[in-house]
Amino acid sequence: MKSEKAVRIIKSVEISNTVEKLCADANYFLPDDILKSLKENAEKETGTAKDIFNEIIKNAEIAKTEKIPLCQDTGSANFFIKLGRDIAIDGGDIYSSVNKGVAEGYKKNYLRKSVVSDPVERKNTCDNTPANIYIDIVDGENMEITFLPKGGGSENASALKMLAPSAGWDGIKDFVLSAVKEKGANACPPLIAGIGIGGDFASAGYLAKTALLREIGSQNPSSYYGEKEKELLTEINKLDIGAMGLGGKITALAVFINVKPCHIASLPVAINIQCHSCRRKTAVI
Amino acid sequence: MNIQELLLNIEDIKAGQRILLSGTIYTARDAAHKRIIDILNKGENAPFELKNSAVYYCGPAPAKPGEIIGACGPTTSARMDVFTPKMLEEGVKILIGKGARSEAVCDSIKKNKAVYMAAAGGVAALLSKTVTSCELIAFEDLGPEAVYKLEVRDMPLIAAVDSNGNDVFKKAEV
Repeated sequence: MKSEKAVRIIKSVEISNTVEKLCADANYFLPDDILKSLKENAEKETGTAKDIFNEIIKNAEIAKTEKIPLCQDTGSANFFIKLGRDIAIDGGDIYSSVNKGVAEGYKKNYLRKSVVSDPVERKNTCDNTPANIYIDIVDGENMEITFLPKGGGSENASALKMLAPSAGWDGIKDFVLSAVKEKGANACPPLIAGIGIGGDFASAGYLAKTALLREIGSQNPSSYYGEKEKELLTEINKLDIGAMGLGGKITALAVFINVKPCHIASLPVAINIQCHSCRRKTAVI
Repeated sequence: MNIQELLLNIEDIKAGQRILLSGTIYTARDAAHKRIIDILNKGENAPFELKNSAVYYCGPAPAKPGEIIGACGPTTSARMDVFTPKMLEEGVKILIGKGARSEAVCDSIKKNKAVYMAAAGGVAALLSKTVTSCELIAFEDLGPEAVYKLEVRDMPLIAAVDSNGNDVFKKAEV
């Protein structure tokens, strides 16, 4: 029996235009859940820490009304794409379509170009490309593009470790807390911690990074890891690092854990630290 | 507080003190520091007078047409730690950035009677409002890492490491 399904054609330029707009919007508008969390947590602080929370909230208002980037570090351009398998792209491949949108979006909106072409030679590419593009193939004929511009300061505070399985939850917890203790102050706290547990060396990092796409208030669907998210948040906030590392009750706004099955010999764990300027925006084509 | 006034009374600045800073500051971050140190090592002159200067670890976003500057918050100071003692020996008096500094930098700040001030990171739109002029001074090819001469008015800062070596980040570094 012959089965044929119609393929939806998406033009490359439509992807580029969507990406271009995402670049601007994500850098000007702080997501509602982040702003809400900042406002709630500002109430828990006093003195310098409270003043910093209020500066962050005021900054978000200025950025929104005047269309000034929230942070001068408009980030490396990270894209998480859910690509419906019944889609064909006309006029260019998906990677060049996204990169074209990034180049235009960063130039036209006066966003900072923060990418060098070679990690050792370090020459600026002057258009913020290439983007980091992660694609998931899913059912359907839609294309969902999520943009996460990521600043270098918080990215540098991130870490990955291959633990022995015997380390268990206590080992994971120690690793996460020592990573935050060591470099959290430099990563523009209040932070969001994306934690990836399991998979392999590469996927632990990916799990940690994609955990940052979750909204504040969401919880891991497993009740075990949901509780662990709360436990880590409480422990991180006991470190007294505080807003900008100057001390305070709130060092992190949220902890998100993503898990995956792994090898019998391994317990990979990664923490991807996100600054308070957690910029992310999704569009569907 | 005006920078000239601050320089005259630099030893009175105490870690933890809030300061609204006004005056001339120069941006320099990773790549600019590397170049400046290379220039100094060759016995040549830095692109601006380092003596009594204020250096801001910042790579601004480009200015929109008609604007003075784009978003311009601080970058992580710790990456400049390897260059900072040399900069202080050359006479830089005010360092501005975000986050904690190394022991060696704190010692050098004390020895050279300088001060490190922290600005809040990620409030770059707000900080851009304190900049009243911006001029490209050197290293244009470095893009956002070029050196810009900025005039700032009431830039909100916190003295983080004072001239006695007191450090507000100490308790966070367990």
